Amino acid sequence: MEIIMAFVIGFLFMAAVYLILSKSLLRIIIGTGLLSHGAHLLILTMGGLGGEAPPVLNEGAKTFADPLPQALILTAIVISFGVTAFFLVLAYRSYQELNTDDISLMRGSDEDE
Amino acid sequence: MLQVLYIFIPMLVAILVPLLYKRMNNIHTGWFVLAVPVTLAVIYTTYIAQVAKGEVFTAELPWIPSLDISIISYLDGLSLLFSLLITGIGSLVVLYSIFYLDKHKEKLHNFYVYLLLFMSAMLGVVQSDHLITLYFFWELTSISSFLLIGYWYNRDASRFGALKSMMITVGGGLMMLGGFVLLYLMGGTYSIRELIVMAPNLVDQPLFTWSLVLLLLGAFTKSAQFPFYIWLPDAMEAPTPVSAYLHSATMVKAGIYLVARFTPIFAASELWVWLVTGVGILTLFWGSFFAVKQTDLKGILAFSTVSQLGLIMSLLGASAVAFHANGSIDTIKFAAFAAIFHLINHATFKGSLFMIAGIVDHETGTRDIRKLGGLMSIMPISFTVAAIGSLSMAGLPPFNGFLSKEMFLTAMLALQKFEFFGFETWGALFPIVAWIASIFTFIYSFYFVFRTFNGNYKPEQLPHKPHEAPIGMLISPILLAALVVTIFFIPNFIGNTFVKPAVQAIQPFLYDSPQAVDIHVSAWHGITPELLMTIGIIIVGVLLFVALPKWQGMYQRFPQALTLNNAYDKIMQGLDVGLNRISRRYMTGSMRHYLLYMFSGITIIVIGSLFVKDAFSISFQGASPINLYEIILIVVLLIGTAITILAKSRLTAIIGLGTVGYTVALFFVIFNAPDLALTQLVIETISVALFLLAFYHLPKLGKREERMRFQLNRAIVSIAVGVMVTLVALSAHSQKLVPSIAKYYEETVYSLAGGGNIVNVILVDYRGFDTLFEITVLGIAGMAILAMIKLRMNRKENTHENK
Repeated sequence: MEIIMAFVIGFLFMAAVYLILSKSLLRIIIGTGLLSHGAHLLILTMGGLGGEAPPVLNEGAKTFADPLPQALILTAIVISFGVTAFFLVLAYRSYQELNTDDISLMRGSDEDE
Repeated sequence: MLQVLYIFIPMLVAILVPLLYKRMNNIHTGWFVLAVPVTLAVIYTTYIAQVAKGEVFTAELPWIPSLDISIISYLDGLSLLFSLLITGIGSLVVLYSIFYLDKHKEKLHNFYVYLLLFMSAMLGVVQSDHLITLYFFWELTSISSFLLIGYWYNRDASRFGALKSMMITVGGGLMMLGGFVLLYLMGGTYSIRELIVMAPNLVDQPLFTWSLVLLLLGAFTKSAQFPFYIWLPDAMEAPTPVSAYLHSATMVKAGIYLVARFTPIFAASELWVWLVTGVGILTLFWGSFFAVKQTDLKGILAFSTVSQLGLIMSLLGASAVAFHANGSIDTIKFAAFAAIFHLINHATFKGSLFMIAGIVDHETGTRDIRKLGGLMSIMPISFTVAAIGSLSMAGLPPFNGFLSKEMFLTAMLALQKFEFFGFETWGALFPIVAWIASIFTFIYSFYFVFRTFNGNYKPEQLPHKPHEAPIGMLISPILLAALVVTIFFIPNFIGNTFVKPAVQAIQPFLYDSPQAVDIHVSAWHGITPELLMTIGIIIVGVLLFVALPKWQGMYQRFPQALTLNNAYDKIMQGLDVGLNRISRRYMTGSMRHYLLYMFSGITIIVIGSLFVKDAFSISFQGASPINLYEIILIVVLLIGTAITILAKSRLTAIIGLGTVGYTVALFFVIFNAPDLALTQLVIETISVALFLLAFYHLPKLGKREERMRFQLNRAIVSIAVGVMVTLVALSAHSQKLVPSIAKYYEETVYSLAGGGNIVNVILVDYRGFDTLFEITVLGIAGMAILAMIKLRMNRKENTHENK
């Protein structure tokens, strides 16, 4: 399973980078979204996908899924949400100010030197 | 230890200078600064007696012990002589500057800080025994020279001259560093003394020639030798005290010092003899020839300095010849003595001449020799000093220049008799070139003094009404001029006290102790070839000087395009334009390009190191089994991702992203991570809502909305990144180098934290601070979002000029 997941994650990263390299602001943000999904899955997969039960101490279960990657991912999900929200508002505001969402048109006025 | 500290005294005092300038602004800051070189000069004077007997003094202060770099102050005859010149001339220059620089108009604190910095740096250069610290101080002199030339930084010419000198001398310094490193590689030590001891073993090493050439590049650039001399005339934009101090007496002699210091190591090389002697004699001729062209008083002196440095350099080359002559030519022994002797003499007469040029500039408002004339009766004292300096420079008795000039001619004549390295054919050129150059030296000396002080007085062309300079300004040049005369009468005292110890340091292969240097200076040797040459110089020189107006015009015939200055300008311009073009080629200002560079850079580094370290491996061991749900989820995930990339409209792309997000949540469910699944579901929902909100506000592209055009470089980079991540994931899965620490949490979660849900306990307990900061980050993001929306409100109320 981990082997297949490695390829899936690679695909996610590829799609994310492809989107990030586009001109449209919204697509770039979508790309970062995909990137964080890929990263979360990567962390989880690297921790190993085994384990019979969720990492909750209760009677019966002997082996748990690794709790550490899960804790890391939980933090990462929340942070990536914050970043995405910030990006979105930034994109929205820059569109309002500059009337475009094409980053190749968004250049400083001090282009020379 | 204390001896090392002396080097740093000027630097330490420099820290106080701005304070003194601010607090005591009714007293000229120079008076405080004057105490520094005077004190140091007195300190170094106490060494004279013992050093003259052949003793050396060393002191060490560790600087970077781990790299074996320490500041070693090594005082032998050569270092002491230079130290005395630096502090002695330094005292006179500071005294002179007190009257030259107006305390109300000039930024004195800058000036004296730079000057003191230079003093420390220069003392460091001549006393360092460690190559790396020598280099350090060497570049520090270049930097302080840069600052001093650019002292009047609002003038274009000052900035240009400062940059030019910096470029050339620092460039040469870097070459020299290369030479030093090569020396270290060959000898295994950074200590000059130790290198000198092992010199015979170094000669045959393949790197020897390289280190020689690189080291000479450093010396030639610093000492303004042909063809690097071009920075020195432009450095004359500095205030005159600086020109007198750095650009005639001390800094430009650092190259001379370097050549002298390394003569024991490199003298065995034929290339060294040819380069040092040849470049020296060429510079001597070139400088003297073009000095006559100049119309600026300081310009004449600058070219004259170039020429005199060439003279000393050629003498040092000749003193390396003595290594090969093995006593077969007796008169070659005069070379080293003449070099050092002339170095002292040059410092005295050129220092006084620079100060006179400064006085003329100060009192008349111009340095243009075409406007000057007839100042003899108005400024009689200045004239006397200038005449003494000039006649000494021309090599006439009874002034010290005569003595060293005679010895120079002796040494050049001796080169003729040398029978190695092709000197039997070319050696004859040296005395001839020296003779011609001496004629031009004679002419520019007369040109300098008589055009300024003799001839017609042209008051209408002078900005100020001239009068004699204040006595304070005259003290320093008068003292130097007095030395010029005195040295002529007591040459052997100077020789025994200063010159012989230095000569012994240059030619340890000839002399064991300073007393062994068997040279006696006298003004009269009878009718010798040297004397006849001098008489010839005087006769031809006077004739040509009288006829000067007739032939000075020929200098204008030289095509401007072929000059070295023009070459320098072209090179600098070319570099500027060319490098700008290159950097513009990749610094496009486009974010996508930069991202492309970054992604490809990361990919290359990671994949590269995976293969170089042979870290890639794949193993199916310990992999969990695959079941149907997972296959379905993977298919959905892939479809969702594909939709996101290929979507024509943004809405579809957002939905695609949502699909991926929810699929990931389902993955979390399957992989026994219920907390993650919950969080992911909530967050994904809010995210999609936010995206849709933004989508609602973003521009409607209508028909222009289309599928993104396929771009090859984008595709390649993104596929490469994908491959990289897959490879890393596979390797990371296949080799577990350290065991998981999950066991620790499982065992302690109940006893330490009293909770059952391990993930939650980790977040709020084991890594509580992490979660706290996470909340902080969210809070900051929230505030930023709020601020951005608020900002618009304000913007609307009062229209902003920024669009």
